[in-house]
Amino acid sequence: MRLKSNSVIAGLGAAGTLLLPTLVLAADEAPKLDTGDTAWMLTSTALVLMMTIPGLALFYGGMVRKKNLLATIMQSFAITCMISVLWLIVGYSLAFTSGSTIVGGLSRIFMAGLTLDGVHDLAKTIPETVFMCFQLTFAIITPALITGAFAERMKFSAMMWFMALWSLIVYAPVAHWVWGGGFLGEWGVLDYAGGTVVHINAGVAGLVCALVIGKRKGFGTENMAPHNLVYSVIGASLLWVGWFGFNAGSAAGASANAGMAMAVTQFATAAAALAWMFAEWATRGKPSVLGIISGAVAGLVAITPASGFVNPMGSLAIGIVAGLVCFWGATSLKKAMGYDDSLDAFGVHGIGGFVGAILTGVFAVEVIGGEGKKGLIDGNAGQVLTQLWGTLVVIAWCAIGTFIILKVVDAMIGLRVTNEEEIEGLDINLHGETVH
Amino acid sequence: MKMVMAIFKPFKLDEVRDALTSLGIQGLTVSEVKGFGRQKGQTEIYRGAEYAVSFLPKVKIEVVIDDGMVERAVETICKAAGTGKIGDGKVFVLSVEQAIRIRTGETGAEAL
Repeated sequence: MRLKSNSVIAGLGAAGTLLLPTLVLAADEAPKLDTGDTAWMLTSTALVLMMTIPGLALFYGGMVRKKNLLATIMQSFAITCMISVLWLIVGYSLAFTSGSTIVGGLSRIFMAGLTLDGVHDLAKTIPETVFMCFQLTFAIITPALITGAFAERMKFSAMMWFMALWSLIVYAPVAHWVWGGGFLGEWGVLDYAGGTVVHINAGVAGLVCALVIGKRKGFGTENMAPHNLVYSVIGASLLWVGWFGFNAGSAAGASANAGMAMAVTQFATAAAALAWMFAEWATRGKPSVLGIISGAVAGLVAITPASGFVNPMGSLAIGIVAGLVCFWGATSLKKAMGYDDSLDAFGVHGIGGFVGAILTGVFAVEVIGGEGKKGLIDGNAGQVLTQLWGTLVVIAWCAIGTFIILKVVDAMIGLRVTNEEEIEGLDINLHGETVH
Repeated sequence: MKMVMAIFKPFKLDEVRDALTSLGIQGLTVSEVKGFGRQKGQTEIYRGAEYAVSFLPKVKIEVVIDDGMVERAVETICKAAGTGKIGDGKVFVLSVEQAIRIRTGETGAEAL
C-alpha cells in the first residue's frame, strides 16, 4: 500500500516514491477527492473481497475431501464476516491510525471520527471510507489463507477464536509496521501490496498451525486426493482476476503505477504457472491441473511485494523463480520435513512471499518505484538485506504470536475435532450439513 | 433362461448396446462400477503426494435371454467390448430361475 498524496506529483510519476507522508506534502492545501481514483479503489475493494469469497473458498474447497468441503468454505466465509466486525471495533484503528511505530492508536475505535468525506494520509484523493474498506479486504484474506494449513481437522469454534486473536495481535501490528507508519516502513522495507504483511504472515502462521495441531489422521497412508479440482480451478482464476485489485489497487489510485502493477502481475503469474507446470512435467511425468494453478498462485504471491517497483522483465524473472521454488516447497520440502500443511498455505504463500520479498530487493528499479526505491540491479545491493531483515522480523513476531495464541485457545477449548468427527467428516459433525 | 453379466471398459458401452440390439435383445441393465483385475490400478499425483488408485471405473451390463441366444450374445459382447489390451473386462453367464413382467404378470421367456 503506497500513498498517493497529490495529483501533481502523481503526474510526474513520483507519487509512488512516498511510502510515508512527508512534511512537504503535509503542508499541501486541503485534500481534494479524485473521482477516477475513487472509482478505481471502489472497484479494487470489491475485487479483493472476491478473492476470499468465493475465490479462496473454492480454491481450498476443491482440494479437500468431499466430507469437508462445506466446513472449508465456511471458514473463509465466517472469517470474512468476523474480521469485518472486528475491523469496525478496533482492527482498523490498530493498523492504520498514528500511534507508535509498533502499533496504531485508538482514534478510530468503533469508527469514531470517520467522516463522510475525510481522507487518510496514505491516500489523499479517495474518501477514508474507501481506503478503510480496501484495507479491510486485505485483513480478511490474510487469516483466510491460513486455513489451508489446518484444513480438515480444526474445530470451528477454535478457528474463530484463533482468527479473532490473530487478526488483532499479529495482523494489525504487522500491517502498521509496514504500511501504517511503523518501523519497517521507516527502515525502507519495500512491500507494495502485502508480500510480507499478507503472504509471509499467513504462510508462517499456517506452518505453526500445522505443527501445533498435528497431521490429519491417515496422513501419508490414506488417499487424501482433492475431491473436485474444477472448484480449485475456478477459485484460482477468481484469485488471479481479483489480484488486479490487490496489486494495481495498491497504487491507491487510477494511476500510471496501477497500470504497471497490473502488467507485471499478469506476466509473473503466467511465468510462475508455466514454471511449476514444466518442473512437474519434467520430474513427475505429467503436467497437472493442480500444478499449473498452484504455480499461478505462487506467481501472484511473489509479485505482490514487487508489483509497484519492478518492470516487466523483472516480473518474468520473479515469476519463474517463484514457480520453481514453490513447486519444491509444496512437494519436496514438505515431504522431507513431514508436516501436514494440508493445502500448502506455507508452501505457496510463505515460501512464495519470501521469494517475492527478497527478489523485490533485487529487481526494484527507480524509474518504476520512484526516487530511492531501487534494488540490486539498479545499484542498491543493500536493499536485499533490508528486505531480508524485514521478513525476518515479521517471521519471528508471527511465529511467536501464532504459537502463543494457539496454546491459549487449546487450553481454553481445544483445537482439534475428535477422531470420530475427523473420520466421519467436518461437514456433518460441525455444521450438520452435507454437500449432496 | 440365462443372465449374461459383462464388465468392460466404459467407452465401449454404446458399441456393445448396438451389437446386442442388432441380435434382437430387447432390454438390458447398466451400472457404473469400480474394480480391479490383472490391469491393476493407476497412480495419481497431487503436489507430489502419490496415491495408488486400485479400483478402476468400468461398466457392468446385465441381460437375461433365452438359453439358445447365450452363445451368440457372449460372442457379440466379446467382439464389441474388446480392444485386445489388458483391462478389457469379463463376461459371466448365470442361470436364472424365473422372470416376471411386473405390468402384466407374464412369466418365463414371455417376460423377457
